[in-house]
Amino acid sequence: MSPTPAATPAPATAAATSSVPAPGRRPRPGLSVSSARRSASKTLANAVLILLGLCFLIPLSWLVLASLDPEAGYTTELPKTFTLDNFAAVLTPELAFVPLLNSLLLSAGAAALTVVAAVLAAYPLSRYQLRFNKPFLYAVLFGTCLPITAIMVPVYSLFVQLNLLDSLPATTFFMAATFLPMAIWMTKNFMDSVPISLEEAAWMDGASSMKALAHVVVPLMRPGLAVVFIFVFIQAWGNFFVPFILLLSSGKQPAAVSIFRFFGQYGTVAYGQLAAFSILYSIPVILLYVLVARGIGGSFAMAGAMKG
Amino acid sequence: MTAGTSTRPALRPGAGPGHGNSGRTGALWLKLLPLAPAIALLGIFLAGPIIFSIYGSFTNAALTGKNAKDPQFIGFENYADLFRDPNFPQSLWLTVLFVFASAIVGQNLLGLGTALLMNKATKAIAAVVGVCVVAAWVLPEIVAAFVAYAFFFREGTLNQLTATVGIAPVDWLFEHPMLAIILANIWRGTAFSMMVYQAALNDVPQEISESAMIDGAGGALRLWYITLPMIRRSIATNLMLITLQTLAVFTLIYVMTAGGPSRRSATLPVMAYEEAFRYSNIGYGTAIAVVMILIGAVFSVVYIRLLKEK
Repeated sequence: MSPTPAATPAPATAAATSSVPAPGRRPRPGLSVSSARRSASKTLANAVLILLGLCFLIPLSWLVLASLDPEAGYTTELPKTFTLDNFAAVLTPELAFVPLLNSLLLSAGAAALTVVAAVLAAYPLSRYQLRFNKPFLYAVLFGTCLPITAIMVPVYSLFVQLNLLDSLPATTFFMAATFLPMAIWMTKNFMDSVPISLEEAAWMDGASSMKALAHVVVPLMRPGLAVVFIFVFIQAWGNFFVPFILLLSSGKQPAAVSIFRFFGQYGTVAYGQLAAFSILYSIPVILLYVLVARGIGGSFAMAGAMKG
Repeated sequence: MTAGTSTRPALRPGAGPGHGNSGRTGALWLKLLPLAPAIALLGIFLAGPIIFSIYGSFTNAALTGKNAKDPQFIGFENYADLFRDPNFPQSLWLTVLFVFASAIVGQNLLGLGTALLMNKATKAIAAVVGVCVVAAWVLPEIVAAFVAYAFFFREGTLNQLTATVGIAPVDWLFEHPMLAIILANIWRGTAFSMMVYQAALNDVPQEISESAMIDGAGGALRLWYITLPMIRRSIATNLMLITLQTLAVFTLIYVMTAGGPSRRSATLPVMAYEEAFRYSNIGYGTAIAVVMILIGAVFSVVYIRLLKEK
């Protein structure tokens, strides 16, 4: 999070740029020219990348510096005195603990529900050749694309009609449903890579399909399921709009909404506390992301996943 | 290639659990039973609201008053209002502008460029810069929105930076609200495109690019004629996904400008929210939602088509 790691290599590369002459002529396919060109373009790539990295990092520097500054504003500056008072000030039950607990309940609940429903749904989709599979998978894929923001107004009216407004469990179920299409896709792909021969052995021993799923397949795909769980958890933890619309009383709102209500709506000038609370609230998802970065990276080859 | 169903080796008939040919329909029923929880969740909470919204958009449902208890069926009136409302074309245009500038141009090109540069650059530098780009994306959206707000604020970081080169401070959020939210969304979302393209470029065989280099093809030529065609499916996928994501951006805009000043950054999600919850016209807000769902549906269908072909 701090700007130092990206900033340190900068002088070294600048020196390297000047020492390598840029080839102006058209390159002939000779080895030495090509490698000189390559190292020049490497230096250029490094320089541009470092600049880009700084552009992405600079807005974040405010967050870190302000959280340590007793007199923080919206200006990015080194605090005259460093203090942890901002963190201490927000670590109260009303400001931090209750909202963070609500976030935890909401995210862990949604993630658990999603994983269970996704594993169950993925099993027939992965294991049987049914005519039903293809249309269902396309419907699910369609669901992954839907802009959830768009359906929040109708969801609100639905919750009013069903008397579910301001209910933490109902909001958890709704969140689980919004992440379920993506989770089914990921889970089915993980399940596809579990060899079927192991289950066949279980079937021979007379185990039912559900038994085979619980005792053979699920243990084998535990790392994959962890990725799905954490993926949903991160999304639910960071989601603002859904709880903002569906949860009304402050005792039930997760951190995403409480931070907005407290700092956004009432125009509080406690910028340092805002930054401190933002950091506290972000740390869990950053840690979880680091934990599963590889697994989630796999889901970026969405097209690859389709190829199977 | 199809949606993966045909990629698994087909089970021999009768190889599955509960085999035996008697009671085929019963067996099928049993086989599909594990799908029930997922179908129930998706049906109640996703399909339900969508169907409900289409009905709701034909009523005068409101948050308060007598129309809240007993909404009347009013036919196409909400839609007629929508197309008469001068705010609607403006919001539609702002949404198109936001999606085009921040996703299709900004995130997409910057993500592709970053991924290409990372392939060329020193590994350690590429990794550190990757972390910087991803950091903005991993943060919870409300935090990212506050950070972007602070950055573009009158006394904020951007004006501090421009002041060092002698440019007078600009009140970005008031004078150029669209520019501010577009840049903020590029900052926030480029990581996604970058990661998609990193994954895609990893799959481009090194030998092809190298043999072209030996043939004397320069960097730009290689990129245009070899690399880009080879990752065109990833490009199409990425464009569709970031379009859909950007279409739905609400929090970033709501926190930074709340659609203002005087609606100059009110994209469709913000407009739907304002109409439904601020002016408590649930029916009217739902009509806007239906328009958004339709736009999203068109893009989804195109996206699925793209994946299906080949």
